[in-house]
Amino acid sequence: MNVREVFDRLGLSVIVTGDLTREVKGCYISDLLSDVMANAREGDIWITLQTHPNIVAVATLKNIAAIIITNNRSPEEETVRKASKEGVSIAATSLTTFDLSGRLYQMLRC
Amino acid sequence: MKTDEFRTKIEGSFHLVGGDFTKAGAASSELKSILTNLGISQDIVRRAAIATFEGEMNVIIHAIAGVMYYQVSHDLIKVVFEDMGPGIPDINKAMEEGYSTAPDWVREMGWGAGMGLPNMKKNADELRIDSVVGEGTTVEILIRIK
Repeated sequence: MNVREVFDRLGLSVIVTGDLTREVKGCYISDLLSDVMANAREGDIWITLQTHPNIVAVATLKNIAAIIITNNRSPEEETVRKASKEGVSIAATSLTTFDLSGRLYQMLRC
Repeated sequence: MKTDEFRTKIEGSFHLVGGDFTKAGAASSELKSILTNLGISQDIVRRAAIATFEGEMNVIIHAIAGVMYYQVSHDLIKVVFEDMGPGIPDINKAMEEGYSTAPDWVREMGWGAGMGLPNMKKNADELRIDSVVGEGTTVEILIRIK
């Protein structure tokens, strides 16, 4: 499944369009950036509450497929600017991390 | 850069400014491109990128300013962080996973979880720390290229 299908099927608001054809290999959920650096894998979707620009740097470094921001939060302006420059896809949702990850889990495991 | 040039050492440095979170990751991401362009294997580049990003964050979070030097030879990546910072009173304690002296606002950003130095140690082949309280800290990492 690629990023576009994940975004569409979860009904997310797409904020930054990077490479939506990228294959989604899995998912990592954390709001601790060092934890993501240590444990996320390349091609993962990263679900987080963080909205500041450093999430783009971490996503780029780890070659994350896309970032999803939960709980009605929006990325900061500088985050959007950096993500557009780096080609990192970002979507947002009003769902909580629990609800979103439950749905994504079903999609990726089935 | 071509492989031929790579037989000699490649080196450079980046200036890091304490508190400048907007530039966080810029130095490590540039080093990552340099290493990738040298044809170094993905796994080694990934380890170097994680370790240097954490090193960069340590300087940005804790110090007034610092420098990240790198040196790459055919079999070794060496990165040294030298900062003008508060210094580390107890290095063993600082190496403990989960121990952090970062302020609350930094923790709210998702940094300062006490994983920085442990992440550097995990991803480097060698890690050396020299610190003088009130003066600064030098952290050196070595990653061997197999």
